[in-house]
Amino acid sequence: MAGSIERQRHILDFTLASLLRRKGKNGALLSVYTLIIFILSSVLFFTHALHREAETVLQGTPEIIVQRTLTGRYQTIPLSYADTVRGIRGVGSVEPRLWGYHYDGNTLANYTIVVPGENAPPHGSIDIGSGIARVRSANEKDIMGFTGFDGKPHAFSIRSVISAESQLVSTDLILMSEHDYRAFSGIPANHATDLVLKIRNPKEYTTISEKIVRLLPDTRPIVRNEILRTYNAVFSWRSGLVLAIFSAAALAFAIFAWDKASGLSAEERREIGILKAVGWETSDILFMKFWEGAAVSLTAFLLGVVLAYVHVFFTASCLFAPVLKGWSTLYPAFKLVPVISFGQLATTFLLTVAPYVVITILPSWRAATIDPDAVMR
Amino acid sequence: MIRSCDISKVFNAGKPNEYKALRGISVDIALQEVTILKGPSGSGKTTLLGILGCMARPTTGRIFFDEREITSLPERFLTDIRLKTFGFIFQQFNLIKGITALDNVMVPAFPTGEKHASLKKRAFETLELFNMGHKADAKTEWLSGGEAQRVAIARALINRPSIIIADEPTAHLDTRLSHEFMEIMATLKSEGKTIILASHDPIVYDSDLGDRIIEMRDGHVIEDGNLA
Amino acid sequence: MRLSTAYLGVTGLLLILLTGLVLHAFQERKNAGPLLSQMAGMVNRLNLTDLCLFTEASYTRHLAMTDLNTPFQDSPFSFEHFPTGALVLPPPHLGRNRGRVD
Repeated sequence: MAGSIERQRHILDFTLASLLRRKGKNGALLSVYTLIIFILSSVLFFTHALHREAETVLQGTPEIIVQRTLTGRYQTIPLSYADTVRGIRGVGSVEPRLWGYHYDGNTLANYTIVVPGENAPPHGSIDIGSGIARVRSANEKDIMGFTGFDGKPHAFSIRSVISAESQLVSTDLILMSEHDYRAFSGIPANHATDLVLKIRNPKEYTTISEKIVRLLPDTRPIVRNEILRTYNAVFSWRSGLVLAIFSAAALAFAIFAWDKASGLSAEERREIGILKAVGWETSDILFMKFWEGAAVSLTAFLLGVVLAYVHVFFTASCLFAPVLKGWSTLYPAFKLVPVISFGQLATTFLLTVAPYVVITILPSWRAATIDPDAVMR
Repeated sequence: MIRSCDISKVFNAGKPNEYKALRGISVDIALQEVTILKGPSGSGKTTLLGILGCMARPTTGRIFFDEREITSLPERFLTDIRLKTFGFIFQQFNLIKGITALDNVMVPAFPTGEKHASLKKRAFETLELFNMGHKADAKTEWLSGGEAQRVAIARALINRPSIIIADEPTAHLDTRLSHEFMEIMATLKSEGKTIILASHDPIVYDSDLGDRIIEMRDGHVIEDGNLA
Repeated sequence: MRLSTAYLGVTGLLLILLTGLVLHAFQERKNAGPLLSQMAGMVNRLNLTDLCLFTEASYTRHLAMTDLNTPFQDSPFSFEHFPTGALVLPPPHLGRNRGRVD
């Protein structure tokens, strides 16, 4: 046993010396390889963490939301619809939900105004999210003005700033009383933005949704698990940008593979011949090729994954920031709770390390089995 | 005793460029002696050396090594025998470029799993035998012809083989270095090693060292004599 | 130093680092429990339906509430919100039928 470990170490010594002979080329290979794994892993870490966060945080999202659509877009919903829905068996309660957007021309930011069901700010005051406070340099007790639907300025005093810790759900929120919001937004008195339903038995979501659509054909019910599933689709591999990144990575790998698979150079073949002539077996040659592939790809994998983790969870994905911010002037810091799953690591490993090792070994198979006396000539 | 019975070697059999390198060779190589294969290039010396040294298999015929037939052994055993019994010195030296002389000497022993420290020490001592200790860390490309020759010899000795095989060892050496080489061979012979040399250089086959000369031409043995 | 020693040393170090990060993740997740509950509570109280990720447009802000037409925007001069538009897909439930004819 000790002998075979020492044998592997000797082969590894030899292989590393070979790799170091072409420092530039192999150094570049290692760098690019690490970079690809870094980017891939960063995307995977980020996506996974975001999915988990959404899953956890949105657990308490409304069970069913009923929207009304007109001309294919969602519109405000008449409160009379609530009565209809209340009559459906299995529905526990129906509450109107009031919310909407406001675009602030001064800061080029979009805010989301929400009327809370309980503990709403008193008339004339608002609670604002930490992002808004930052963008408008506003603090508690300051006065903030917005232009309402009527074209007139509406002033509000800031009751409190929502803590920045919860920015992932609250950074752009303005909480306002119902009276103030109706006056500000112009929503008709007998309308609401949509309806929130509580259902007695979760197994009935589908049945009740179907009933709602039958009774009120211009509505669209959205169910809790659908809301959660939406967040599985964000950053999925089919979204344009992620697909572009993965394709680029795949292309880079294809280039490596082509370089390796196009066979051994005459120099390499000669070297294998010499090794066989001085007493190396075919298996020794193959181990050498294995280590050649593994040394580079294993190091690249470990380095890439470690750096990716640091990038996503210690620096809040600073390199992705321009992409994530896009046109927004108001954005949360993507301080996600770290998630690392063995399944993910294993998949990345199998997709990046294994193929590279295989394509390093395969082209050498033939050369490894040649009769050493060919070297004598 | 290495006994070869009716060895033939045909390259590219059946193809238009078929070439018979050896035709029905039967020679016996005595151990602890110096056997010299003499003949012009193309006579089949290199091919015969390769077959005797377990580097290649004959197309027909059999080889017996101490009464044990080795022609039909699987590759693993053949390689094992080659590793432990034979040390090769090639015509082109065939050192591995880009690594040091010391590393080159150690390479044949890597598959044995010998501990690194003791292997390194032994390799260094072997280089010292040929006054190459001071060049142990020199890269192969920086060695002169004579120095490379000596590294090649050291490498052939690292696994303590009992049989040394050298193919045209003086082909790239001047007269002085050629004589030096023959002296080294003499030393090895005095240590009880078997030596098989192939050469068409008179310095080799006319030297006192040879116990037996086998003359070859066109794949045949034309003269097989002991120099008593 | 032997090359293999150096290599195995570096690899070992990276493996230890990776293990450390795995442990870090476990620990952070535990520590984040209260904060996540707090956010879940806020979601529940305010009847929120979406995380606030991209505030550029309604269909990037409320991913679950949007419809298929909104990305096509109201103004002929509106550009697609790249790159966010390339990151978010329409919510899966928009493709469902619910017993309608088409």
